[in-house]
Amino acid sequence: MIRPRRGQLPRVALLAFLALALVAAACSSGSTTAESVILVSAAASLTNAFAEIETAFEVANPGVDVVLNLGGSSVLREQILEGAPADVFASADVTNMNLVVSGGVADSPQVFATNQLQIAVPLGNPGDVTGIADLADEQLLVGLCASGVPCGDLAGEALKRAGVAAAVDTHEPNVKALLTKVESGDLDAGVVYVTDVAGSEAVTGIDIPASANVTAGYPIAATTGGDNPDGAAAFVAFVLSADGQAILARHGFGTP
Amino acid sequence: MTDRAAEVRRKASRPPALVMVLALAGLAVFVVPLLGLLARTPWQDLPQLLTEDVVADALRLSLIASLGATAISTVIGVPLALVLARVDFPGRPIVRGLVLLPLVIPPVVGGAALLFALGRRGVIGAPLYEATGLVLPFSTWGVIIATTFVAMPFLVITVEGALRNLDPRFEGAAASLGAGRWTVLRRVTLPMIAPSLAAGLLLTWARALGEFGATITFAGNLQGRTQTLPLAVFVALESDRDTAVALSLIMVAISLTVLVVLRERWWRSG
Repeated sequence: MIRPRRGQLPRVALLAFLALALVAAACSSGSTTAESVILVSAAASLTNAFAEIETAFEVANPGVDVVLNLGGSSVLREQILEGAPADVFASADVTNMNLVVSGGVADSPQVFATNQLQIAVPLGNPGDVTGIADLADEQLLVGLCASGVPCGDLAGEALKRAGVAAAVDTHEPNVKALLTKVESGDLDAGVVYVTDVAGSEAVTGIDIPASANVTAGYPIAATTGGDNPDGAAAFVAFVLSADGQAILARHGFGTP
Repeated sequence: MTDRAAEVRRKASRPPALVMVLALAGLAVFVVPLLGLLARTPWQDLPQLLTEDVVADALRLSLIASLGATAISTVIGVPLALVLARVDFPGRPIVRGLVLLPLVIPPVVGGAALLFALGRRGVIGAPLYEATGLVLPFSTWGVIIATTFVAMPFLVITVEGALRNLDPRFEGAAASLGAGRWTVLRRVTLPMIAPSLAAGLLLTWARALGEFGATITFAGNLQGRTQTLPLAVFVALESDRDTAVALSLIMVAISLTVLVVLRERWWRSG
């Protein structure tokens, strides 16, 4: 005879409800304990600089918690346009910022930094890359950022100006993903930002001639639908302040 | 057996109303995103979008990768399930845990781990590259490997579960009648777990088709070589949303068709 094991189901149900209660408690406390949270969606190429800016801003403003959401500018743009919470948007190009502005989700962007491209090669330069023309070499493993991502569009423009048809092996979703694969030696070369090369100990930079190189302007703006407009304005002001600019300069960014 | 008893049994098998309500909430989790996708579909431009090169390339690669991963999983995953179910060895719980690991760790981490192991400077990848010049990342083989890593656990756990529920007396009877180990495996064991095997293959294939994180991390993203449907969707989402939606619809259509048709057939018979 099969008899239902009594007590088994209620125990499972009890566990499930306990778990649910725990989640609910965690979610509600998460949004109330910090006095003020500023959600900053920032381009992946700003990772190191904005980590430092976050720390400096939090030291200057006790009780404020800056939360960074880092990714390809185009991914962030799409998130923000689809209603993902964000108080500040810092893009690696004007195009993605303009799309957010024309979508009515942010206004009055200001350019706070500039950047240029460089070819990153692993330490020791195993592929003997000497310049942008080598990116056409089929024998080399070459990576670019995907088109739509600022570093990808800029690299495409630079290659066009240099008249080089690159033999690309991968289009990476953002610049940090690309840099990682160059750092690990899985790619022989990748077109990234000057700041990425400066911030990495595992790659060497090879210059792209000024005639081909492109200067990218990084715009920042507070979003219109954010939960913390005052915090957003304060963060934007800090990035544009002398303190913020000094941090950006230390990471290799140019001043607009 | 009275009519009353049958009536009671029938009633008892129907879940209580609360369960029905919770079930609807469960269903909504799956249906709501699908509605969102359909609402954003540019139906008029769809025929033209579906004939773009990027769509055909991604579809071809997705089929190669998902079927390749399913085939490899069959060849090496089913034996693994057999050993886990039938061979008592020390450390078996740990091996079971290892098999389940890809279900738990983020696929991106799995992809990075594959890169550390099989990349050009990886533990195995470096000697392989030096000996043969073979580079697995950024190749279609890389896609198949990443996909297998993520999808094979589904086959192993399904088949192992079925084997553990199988009454060993059938195999014992066959053996006592003089059947060798291969014959027992081929003629008794595998046919008896066929429905579970089929279900496991289906789950494995479905997971392989949707694989994204490990693939983009390990194999990169290049149209025609490593860009599967999920990768194409991800990239298109950033530059061309209509194409992204069209690609997503293809995935939904293929997987829903296969899952509905095959699952019904196999799980009924099981």
